[in-house]
Amino acid sequence: MTQSVVVQVGQCGNQVGCRFWDLALREHSHVNKKGIYDEALSSFFRNVDSRRSVGGSCDITGGRIQSLKARAVLVDMEEGVVNKILQGPLRELFDSTQLITDVSGSGNNWAVGHWTYGSAYREQIVDQLRRAAEHCDCLQCFFLIHSMGGGTGSGLGTCVLKLLEEEFPEVCRIVTSVYPSAEDDVVTSPYNSVLAMRELTEHADCVLPVENQSLVDIVNKIKHMSHSGKPGSVIKKDSAIISGQGGVSGAEKPFDAMNNIVANLLLNITSSARFEGSLNMDLNEIAMNLVPFPRLHYLVPSLTPLYTLADVNIPTRRLDQMFTDAFSKDHQLIRADPKHSLYLACALMVRGNVQVSDLRRNIERLKPMLPFVSWNQEGWKTGLCSVPPVGHSHSLLALANNTCVKPTFMELRDRFTKLYRKKAHMHHYLHVDGMEQGCFMEALSSLSSLIEEYSQLDATKDRLMPDAARLNIAT
Amino acid sequence: MSIVTVQLGQCGNQVGQELFEVISNDANDTQRKVYSECSSERFFNETANRELVARSVLIDMEPKVISQSIAKTAKSGKWRYGDRSHFSQKQGSGNNWANGYCVHGPRHEEVVMDIVRREVEHCDCLAGIMAMMSVAGGTGSGVGTYVTQCLRDEYPNSFILNHLTWPYGTGEVIVQNYNSVLTLSHLYQLSDAILVHENDTVHKICAQLMNIKHISFRDVNKVIAHQLGSVLQPALTGDSHGVYNRNPIGELMSSLVCHPEYKLLSVCNIPQVSSSSMAYSMFTWPGLLKHLRQMLIANSKMEEGIDWQVRAPSLQPEGIERTRSHRRPGFNTSLANLLILRGKDVNNAEISGFQHPSLYTPWLPADEAFSMWKTPVPFNKYEKSAILVSNSQTLLRPLDNMVGKAWNMFASRAYIHQYTKFGISEEDFLDSFTSLEQVISSYSQL
Ligand SMILES: Nc1nc2c(ncn2[C@@H]2O[C@H](COP(=O)(O)OP(=O)(O)OP(=O)(O)O)[C@@H](O)[C@H]2O)c(=O)[nH]1
Ligand SMILES: Nc1nc2c(ncn2[C@@H]2O[C@H](COP(=O)(O)OP(=O)(O)OP(=O)(O)O)[C@@H](O)[C@H]2O)c(=O)[nH]1
Ligand SMILES: [Mg+2]
Ligand SMILES: [Mg+2]
Repeated sequence: MTQSVVVQVGQCGNQVGCRFWDLALREHSHVNKKGIYDEALSSFFRNVDSRRSVGGSCDITGGRIQSLKARAVLVDMEEGVVNKILQGPLRELFDSTQLITDVSGSGNNWAVGHWTYGSAYREQIVDQLRRAAEHCDCLQCFFLIHSMGGGTGSGLGTCVLKLLEEEFPEVCRIVTSVYPSAEDDVVTSPYNSVLAMRELTEHADCVLPVENQSLVDIVNKIKHMSHSGKPGSVIKKDSAIISGQGGVSGAEKPFDAMNNIVANLLLNITSSARFEGSLNMDLNEIAMNLVPFPRLHYLVPSLTPLYTLADVNIPTRRLDQMFTDAFSKDHQLIRADPKHSLYLACALMVRGNVQVSDLRRNIERLKPMLPFVSWNQEGWKTGLCSVPPVGHSHSLLALANNTCVKPTFMELRDRFTKLYRKKAHMHHYLHVDGMEQGCFMEALSSLSSLIEEYSQLDATKDRLMPDAARLNIAT
Repeated sequence: MSIVTVQLGQCGNQVGQELFEVISNDANDTQRKVYSECSSERFFNETANRELVARSVLIDMEPKVISQSIAKTAKSGKWRYGDRSHFSQKQGSGNNWANGYCVHGPRHEEVVMDIVRREVEHCDCLAGIMAMMSVAGGTGSGVGTYVTQCLRDEYPNSFILNHLTWPYGTGEVIVQNYNSVLTLSHLYQLSDAILVHENDTVHKICAQLMNIKHISFRDVNKVIAHQLGSVLQPALTGDSHGVYNRNPIGELMSSLVCHPEYKLLSVCNIPQVSSSSMAYSMFTWPGLLKHLRQMLIANSKMEEGIDWQVRAPSLQPEGIERTRSHRRPGFNTSLANLLILRGKDVNNAEISGFQHPSLYTPWLPADEAFSMWKTPVPFNKYEKSAILVSNSQTLLRPLDNMVGKAWNMFASRAYIHQYTKFGISEEDFLDSFTSLEQVISSYSQL
């Protein structure tokens, strides 16, 4: 079994990360009733015997759970968020040696995060990453969680990404990036996001973009449904998507409902690496199947069921509905419409009691409605994991490499250009050592060429592409 | 004589386990002592305390599948895998043939070959080696190809049969056609014969003949195992004078693979019914064989939906080349066929329909093209059953589709960077494409 390390950077990164740890614990305690430290647990948790000498670990699987430690590195350049975690119910999960904090934050300035803190904390970060890696006997993947709009997650987070690439070139880097909504209260978020995009495009293996506006919409819709009180549409109390119930933390904080959705995305993407199934999908299969060209590695996630209704038995129609929903606009975690854009590739990661015939039926059913690029008409990757999420009989995570990410990127570019034309706030960035005017231009042109690459593919849509002429064999 | 099986990757291990399950149930029949003993010797090693240990080596680059297989068989109690005959690592090959072939294969060559060697040494006499794997993933396909190469080097005089599971057309692995092309082109140089099951076909059998509503991989694997078992279990060959064939793999090859350019084998069988309808079914040899023959010539893998319009072409007078215009639409030309009959009254079965020269390519004498094995012992609960192993044009279309799709993808160079990363270059791809186009061309000209 392989292990993964989560690196959570900045306020958003740490808050999302903590929802992930909470729900992961809940999921494992649901499946693992005996309190044995098993292979599945070992993928994200260490088992540490606190009675033994410092750091004495009993990471060998099969023994009793002593004290679980998250395989995580927590980074924030202010103390507030991390301190709150250390006072909360999850405090036992983290050692002080897994934390890197400063006091003043990056003030929503990418350059401060990336360059100032990046060089000041470089060694400390690398040390901690190495330590986390040494605790793994087969490190497969780093999950970086951050926001694009602020200074620390965006700036220092992408600096960490480069460090990961330098230090662990073989280990896959999957980044979960929270994109700001248009009404974001951080004025400089367009700068920060575009500067971060360039690093993501160049240094990540896969990026899972998540937009705050979509999360808000989904949360509102769930609230609406749970309050409508129609008989038969009662939302299950313990369904994993919205509530943290059953987890260790109690009262919910503002971003919690939104962050639970992102945490579920992470739970589902790693489920097949943690539990058995009749068609396993390892983490290293994600990039292999979904990334046809190195830069085009933005995978739009959608989760179903999002609006789980309490229902005792789930007839086939409900199962098929789950597949249909995964392609509808309001289940996407960014504001995008994959059905009306072009698919380069698509993964369906299914959990629970679902058979290969269910997969086949639904792919056959949905395929005619979904435009795929000419050379990848059968661009489906599927995984079947037999353990469903807590409170569900089955679930589906779809990852779409789809040109529908383009509008989000174009919008970002527009907002960037508006600020940049006025040179607004520019001087805050140019003060910073390492930052130059050129960085802005380079980031912008990297984004533009990314958009252009998607456009070129988009242009092939609806066009009948002839098959490539086959090789001739002299007979 | 014994067969050593090497199960590779998730698919190879899951299918392999079902195969041993079928065989162990079949061989357990104590009334058929000679048959049972022959089968047992073939597939199992009997320990001092009478336990049956499969002559099989389990290989995967991740641990979950193998540990599940071992646990499952231990629970069944009828047979088990050898304590030291499995090898797994922590992290799969990520659906990347290049990762399996260029990295994992060489890295673990020594350990894997040691295990195989030990298994071979357990056999009094080795009939051949069967490597089982899918072609779509990274481990079965890539490591499987590498291991086949090592087997070829280590056992140059043994028969090597590769059992391959071809992916569903609409895939579970997006790069499946690349992986398939790389696997097939390499195996074509290494293997003595390549026996193919297509998941789409078997899935259809489960749905239409077995009436299974929610088809799982387990259901699919049971059908594959049934077909494989009925090929590999003991039978009497034409010249064996009442003694069971000693070397099913070797005899399979000598019946079916007479030319190195043609080594793709497929199977079809009859009857294949759900266990609930088995009780009501009555089968006669003429009925079964009439259907099976039409399945062969009309290229249908199931007795349901056979196209009865397809007829064998009438033979041209000597000296006139058979040209395309003489070919019948939908007619499946064979190079060689092996018919295996099991069960009641096999000696009364009339098989001349399979011997007619019009079924075969003209450049091979028809009496060399057809062989038959039989045994009065019924197989796997079927009172009568017939299976046909065929070296014919059956796989031409799926192969052509596979190569065509891979070629289309290659034309845009999509995903190539994932392979060059591990040392497989564009030229390597081109070589593989070339050699498979050659195979396609040869089979289309049969
Ligand atoms: N979904 C979600 N978004 C968040 C959360 N916290 C902050 N954000 C968003 O993240 C962006 C701001 O980035 P933060 O993560 O707060 O900033 P930071 O990385 O801590 O950087 P500095 O505060 O500048 O040092 C804004 O777009 C917020 O809407 C959270 O818990 N969940
Ligand atoms: N018939 C059948 N096909 C299977 C089974 N498991 C996987 N497959 C097929 O095998 C292909 C995927 O290859 P796997 O065998 O899972 O891959 P692997 O060899 O383990 O390689 P990696 O996982 O990439 O390291 C797909 O075409 C599946 O349809 C099975 O139990 N039965
Ligand atoms: Mg902050
Ligand atoms: Mg595998």
